[in-house]
Amino acid sequence: MMSNEEIEIKLLMEALFLKYGYDFRNYSAVHIKRRVLRRLTVSKLRSISEMIYKALYDRSFFELLLADFSINVTEMFRDPPFYNALRKEIVPILKTYPFIKIWHAGCSTGEEVYSMAILLKEEGLYERCQIYATDFNKTVLVKAQQGIFPIDCIKDYTYNYQQSGGGISFSDYYMADSSSVVIDQSLKEKIIFTDHNLVTDGVFGEMHVIICRNVLIYFNKELQNRVLTLFYDSLLYGGILCLGSKESLKFSKYEAKFQAVNLKQRIFQKKFAP
Amino acid sequence: MGYEAVVIGASLGGMHALKKVLMQLPQDFPVPILIVQHLSPKSDSFLIGYLDGLCEMVIKEADEKEKIMPGHAYIAPPNYHLLVETDGDLALSVDEKVNYARPSIDILFESAADFYGDKLIGIVLTGANYDGAKGLKQIKEKGGLTIVQDPLTAECDIMPRAALKMTKVDYISTLDDIGRLLRCLMMGGERID
Repeated sequence: MMSNEEIEIKLLMEALFLKYGYDFRNYSAVHIKRRVLRRLTVSKLRSISEMIYKALYDRSFFELLLADFSINVTEMFRDPPFYNALRKEIVPILKTYPFIKIWHAGCSTGEEVYSMAILLKEEGLYERCQIYATDFNKTVLVKAQQGIFPIDCIKDYTYNYQQSGGGISFSDYYMADSSSVVIDQSLKEKIIFTDHNLVTDGVFGEMHVIICRNVLIYFNKELQNRVLTLFYDSLLYGGILCLGSKESLKFSKYEAKFQAVNLKQRIFQKKFAP
Repeated sequence: MGYEAVVIGASLGGMHALKKVLMQLPQDFPVPILIVQHLSPKSDSFLIGYLDGLCEMVIKEADEKEKIMPGHAYIAPPNYHLLVETDGDLALSVDEKVNYARPSIDILFESAADFYGDKLIGIVLTGANYDGAKGLKQIKEKGGLTIVQDPLTAECDIMPRAALKMTKVDYISTLDDIGRLLRCLMMGGERID
């Protein structure tokens, strides 16, 4: 039997979907619960039922919940060995294409998109690329587009960059003032930041590479399968799918339709024959 | 009685402490063990291979949406929180650090307490921070059994003391006694006083 709390959370998700079209009903329940309970404590409301009322009648409160449900923990060159594998194993494949379309799904505040842009630039591929960076959260997209990051992160990012096989001085890629760094404008030329919801929106056509890291872990199995279908249909044959270091195609119906290029770094290739 | 899972949190000095506890448990230990050991985000899977080689139970890194099996001990991967999903499978997340830690012991303990209720045993071992104290309190509040490593015998006593400060725990034990206690609680046999 469901507890009252579980029922209330289910009703809240239903309300958000009916009212605003954002669908969190197939998100990991433990994740949603943690986020809802934390918002409950912070907001000093008495119950989740009261939250439902507030979310329906107060749009700014809904925006808060929306931000709560999106995970915006990211860094430049997160998991350096992944970028190293991209350089060594994927770049040679990409070099065979005259034009390369890359979809970064769930790009959050953009750190990993700019990392990819840097990598492509260093490999001499950036000019023939088009990168689509998407997220359902419009607030983080604005930040991503600005490309301004706190300066205290730069030490870690520089370390990551070097570990990832970065060839030159990382400071060539940003301008720093006392509190922040601004990403070099030239890195933005081939990036289009746009709103896309993996849960409710459709295919994003004919991609050579799709990067979606640490997003699927927040979805239940049903939604994972939906999103993998979306990725499968959006990739060209031979296209590359990059997942987070703990995500896999295991147990999904797509396990046999991809081959692993680098299993440890979770880099897969869509098979040529369907 | 009728416990269904054990959760263990460890930090500084935890590798040695975990080894000492886990080595005392048999291959057919009837419930799963979920473990958060604070590690550098850059660390590899050395700890797991090392423990798995020494222990009779299967020691493995937790995978997302993995089914939890008795006789298995699951260790949170570096840089991921480990949780128990509402359907009882394992879940991972990259949410913000809690108590400056990812994985955080509190996050594992709280989600496990939610799922297992009074069928859970929570254990806090050595460490140099306060992670786990809040989580252990929740395990106690839901009727679970709580054990803390005796601070006098811990490599670092800060984490055990922090846990003891927040909760009136059921047992304060040495590492040897924790192993014996778990065998006794789960498999009967020798008595613990």
